[in-house]
Amino acid sequence: MTAYKLSHLIASASLLTISAVPSHAQDEAQPVLEVEAQQGPEVVTVDVNEQRIVAIPTFVTPNDVRTNAGSTAQLGENIAKVIADNLNNSGIFNAIGPNRVKKISFSEVTSPHYSHWQGRNTDQLIQGFIQSADGGNITVGCYLFDVTFSKETTRSGFTVAPGDWRRAAHKCSDIIYSRLTGEAPFFDSRIAYIAETGPKNKRVKRLAIMDSDGANHRFITSGRSTALTPRFSPNYKNLLYLSYVDGNPRIYVYDLISGKQQLITQSNNPTFAPRWSPDGKFILYSMAIGGNTDIYKIAVRGGKPVRLTSSPRIDVGGSFSPDGKKIVFESDRSGSQQLYIMNSDGSNQRRISFGGGRFATPEWSPRGDLIAFTKIGGGFRVGTMRPDGSNQRLLTNSWQDEAPTWAPNGRVIQFFRTARGSGKTSIWQVDLTGKFERKLPTPLDGSDPSWGPIRP
Amino acid sequence: MTEKNRLIRNIGLTMAGAIFITACGKKEIDIPFDANPQTQPPVQNTANIDNNNRNIIVPGSQEDFLSQISSDTIYFDTDKFNIDAQDQSTLRSQAQWLLQYPNKNISIQGHADERGTRDYNLALGERRANSTKNYLISLGVRSNRINTVSYGKEQPIALGSNENAWAQNRRAVTITVQ
Repeated sequence: MTAYKLSHLIASASLLTISAVPSHAQDEAQPVLEVEAQQGPEVVTVDVNEQRIVAIPTFVTPNDVRTNAGSTAQLGENIAKVIADNLNNSGIFNAIGPNRVKKISFSEVTSPHYSHWQGRNTDQLIQGFIQSADGGNITVGCYLFDVTFSKETTRSGFTVAPGDWRRAAHKCSDIIYSRLTGEAPFFDSRIAYIAETGPKNKRVKRLAIMDSDGANHRFITSGRSTALTPRFSPNYKNLLYLSYVDGNPRIYVYDLISGKQQLITQSNNPTFAPRWSPDGKFILYSMAIGGNTDIYKIAVRGGKPVRLTSSPRIDVGGSFSPDGKKIVFESDRSGSQQLYIMNSDGSNQRRISFGGGRFATPEWSPRGDLIAFTKIGGGFRVGTMRPDGSNQRLLTNSWQDEAPTWAPNGRVIQFFRTARGSGKTSIWQVDLTGKFERKLPTPLDGSDPSWGPIRP
Repeated sequence: MTEKNRLIRNIGLTMAGAIFITACGKKEIDIPFDANPQTQPPVQNTANIDNNNRNIIVPGSQEDFLSQISSDTIYFDTDKFNIDAQDQSTLRSQAQWLLQYPNKNISIQGHADERGTRDYNLALGERRANSTKNYLISLGVRSNRINTVSYGKEQPIALGSNENAWAQNRRAVTITVQ
């Protein structure tokens, strides 16, 4: 993969804002296990009828220049479209893309015709430019205006290789999303998942990766052997996943740059359910010895695995708290699958899920405030609870929804849905209200999504 | 086990038996393309077929194993991995054959139904394969002859999404390594 050069070009404009949420909200550390019982997580709840209308005209180019990714005029329209799609797919905004609004002039980019937009019920206006830069690069500038108050809210600029124009669009989207919601960004991130084809008893399962909006899709494995449960490393350089390439379930770490892979540990025992620590220095995995599965931790650099659980029942999976100090995992030591928390050295194991049903696949939010899970009881549903087990909420209601993974900002969850009968799978996304649910576009069926952090 | 569960299970066993007869020739498509030799299905030996096109079962072959035992598959209740009386009877027939052919090794494949999460089902399939292995060991089969592999919910044999199909899919299958 190419190393991306992405630099801030234009300093942020005045911090004085009228309608936007103060930007410091996203930087506040979320205390873990110390949340007041009655206080809900800060969820952006927006009635669909009250969505703010955001207009996004084509980004203007002063000179239409050819690049290896298309002309700057074409890229300007594409960038505006990607930003509109991102904002629409967040469920919070009614974004109106370049095909449905007027074209603007280059001089208009920094001084919008407010009266035009005010006459069209527009709340927010995103305008921008694209021009060629040194070294065959392009510079993209984007500006956010509050139409009601006729005021510029924020501006940002990025210089990228033309082929990385989507990253510039995602960066603009992130800055605008954060400014308007007070939440941390999440668009400039990637997803690893399993692409599936074929009938239920002969499913071909391939490791694949894509951008958060499904673009830049790439298959990593051929499908000759079954691949499962991928996880992007925090720096996006490696993938952990399970493969049956030697006939047995084993975890491999795949190097995206060299294309090589190796076992994470030499053992004749099956290894599965791989996870990274937030700093990327450790790998959690599950290993069965004589049929008994426990959770282990090993340094990425190698060394001796540390066994973290030792119950005679199934202990499996696991997800680190963002500070790396705790691990939430799944165990059936009580007789059925339930969620437990332990310190990252395996000490102080205690159950957190109660109240009927089975709980599986816990994933700690990158914000630390919530744990997502699969609840099994009748159907399979995705939900969230606080790290102390309180405030259980179910976000989906289908026959089989499974394996939640968090957006980098901890405000959106992806999971996969299996159709009853056919066994066909698809990747879905839901916000924390459970109201805005949508299917992700993937070229084949999809399962086991794993959402990485904001790209470095 | 409740009366209802028993009924479902019995139906499941009957169905599995029926499917087995028609499906055994298709078995190799359930195996990953690039599985290692230990888990690869037996290759049909053309020498088994004489000039009159009559099948002759070679002693010690996978065909011989299947013809001598009561079943290559045992079944489990939801989330369970215990060996019940019926399983014991099936495994006794497998052990008898294995003791007759001490140079033959086996692979036991553990499976789960689709109504479980992926990682848990991999662990559960491994549990089931090991329960099967341990029972065969208790009957005198040496442990170093037995390999186990869990497929979790990845390789259902019954394709429906109902209790009957799930009962058939919660299974451990013994395959000889030829």
